[in-house]
Amino acid sequence: MADAAPPSKSRDLDKLLLRPGNLVGPSFEPGVQLRDDLQEYAKVLVVGAGGLGCELLKDLALSGFKNLEVIDMDRIEVTNLNRQFLFRLEDVGKPKAEVAAKRVMERVSGVNIVPHFCRIEDKDIEFYSDFNIIALGLDSIEARSYINAVACSFLEYDSDDNPREETMKPMVDGGTEGFKGHARVIVPGVTPCFECTIWLFPPQVKFPLCTLAETPRNAAHCIEYAHLIKWDEGHSGKAFDPDNPDHMKWVYDEAVKRAELFGIPGVTYSLTQGVVKNIIPAIASTNAIISAACALETLKIASGCSKTLSNYLTYNGVEGLHTKVTEFVKDKDCLVCGPGVLVELDATVTLQKFIDMLEEHPKLLMSKASITYRGKNLYMQAPPVLEEMTRSNLSLPLYDLMDKVPKDILHATGTINKDNKKSSGLRKLRVNFKGIDGVTDMDMAGGA
Amino acid sequence: MIRLFKVKEKQKELAENANGGVPIKKQTAGELRLHKDISELNLPKSCAISFPNGKDDLMNFEVSIRPDEGYYLCGTFLFSFQVSPIYPHEAPKVKCKTKVYHPNIDLEGNVCLNILREDWKPVLNINTIIYGLYHLFTEPNYEDPLNHDAAAVLRDNPKMFESNVRRAMAGGYVGQTFFPRCI
Repeated sequence: MADAAPPSKSRDLDKLLLRPGNLVGPSFEPGVQLRDDLQEYAKVLVVGAGGLGCELLKDLALSGFKNLEVIDMDRIEVTNLNRQFLFRLEDVGKPKAEVAAKRVMERVSGVNIVPHFCRIEDKDIEFYSDFNIIALGLDSIEARSYINAVACSFLEYDSDDNPREETMKPMVDGGTEGFKGHARVIVPGVTPCFECTIWLFPPQVKFPLCTLAETPRNAAHCIEYAHLIKWDEGHSGKAFDPDNPDHMKWVYDEAVKRAELFGIPGVTYSLTQGVVKNIIPAIASTNAIISAACALETLKIASGCSKTLSNYLTYNGVEGLHTKVTEFVKDKDCLVCGPGVLVELDATVTLQKFIDMLEEHPKLLMSKASITYRGKNLYMQAPPVLEEMTRSNLSLPLYDLMDKVPKDILHATGTINKDNKKSSGLRKLRVNFKGIDGVTDMDMAGGA
Repeated sequence: MIRLFKVKEKQKELAENANGGVPIKKQTAGELRLHKDISELNLPKSCAISFPNGKDDLMNFEVSIRPDEGYYLCGTFLFSFQVSPIYPHEAPKVKCKTKVYHPNIDLEGNVCLNILREDWKPVLNINTIIYGLYHLFTEPNYEDPLNHDAAAVLRDNPKMFESNVRRAMAGGYVGQTFFPRCI
């Protein structure tokens, strides 16, 4: 077969995709069909067009992916140019996503990259649903957590709590901090999701306010004093905007005064930016290493040409070089990627009756439940002010409170009575209204 | 490996029933954890919580504290809480909305409470913070000052500190600073 394949400009890729092998992933079907389908049908979204994003786009384009999209809300700054190699001096001020897409398309023929210059929250859920794989080149926990929640929201479980493969939206996540980095594969329902392992992120260093106010010892203390305390004194009510150069300059000037007062050296404008915006020093080669790992994992997930990373690679080049892959485990009760507890109900059941049922449900045994559905608090046991505001919902059918959606997720908090021990718990529930879902009805008719 | 033939089928399917979906509000893990914290609140009588944006916005709320002992007896102090979507990875932002003469709270409402910054841990919760704030009123401490003057007076002359607090709470000047009445 391989010999019969037409000559390809992606000769090296063909060696991976056209030939069988021993180390391949399950259900790998080598051949021209696979290579062509991969190019025609596989759609990958790159989130972030910064240090990692530039590398990722270039790597993915050169790995044979032809349908790429990239989303980033930032504009190019002069300080990006040392490592975000798709950008030039004349691009400063332009949207990163647009310039990055254009530059890669100029250099790699046949690839189509659609840029999105906006916040990740601005896109609706259908936008993300369209992609087969999402590759993340981000620098914040918030953004990762958001994309993770979106990707996991597509995941469905069958009645035996097994994840349905066709609903899995794989993610490949990269991150760097100076000489350190990580690359990981997240297949919702199979590997831990971002939220399962959020504890991996060290807490942000925060200085005590009284240290800043009273006993500053270093330049960062002086900057944080100007940023957190002095700003409010000087600008009643006006919020500090880290992207406004005038604001930054004001903080810098105040920090310098403060540092002089205490005889502390080292306050510079760039350190001020670094401390206030929590900028992590970036190293181009670390970005390149991590992105390369992420791009290869993306190719492996898409093609099955090799087993994927399982599931979290750390890279540390601070002292010598150390790299390791750790197989983290899923949190089975994860509120974001876990199956939750399936509850089947009649459409007539009131919220009060539903709360009573949770107490009897063998997998829950939850008493005094408070219920929240898509950001709406349906019933709160406490505090009294919220109990009063939500009490009138108790007599209404849950189906109506859930906007007549036949199948959806809600969350309950309450006291869990397990083995005669009481503990507080938060649980995800998959509510399924019987006799509403048209598909279920048809199945039953077919069975009878 | 992603099932490419499924992808192909799905693309056909999508093209056939292309109906504009409504963006749905995502509830973050942080919001859910906060929902748990709030539904389990167990506040002393001297503390009350309110939700200015209604029952569905738990991320922004206010707590009023009315100490029943100590220097600040009978004063009412309002705090605003802003909770981040990655709560409890990050502590809530808490500000004191009532201008108060207090060694650990400055005139802009910044609060020096260790668990709000350097000692925050995800196992702590909203209840802990409220108790921590309450504690600041029953045991103001001059060792972690944000209001330097108030701290010095408390350390050197507790009697005078007490009368300054009374004067400020009744609505009046302490030094050059005016404090609105909060009793």
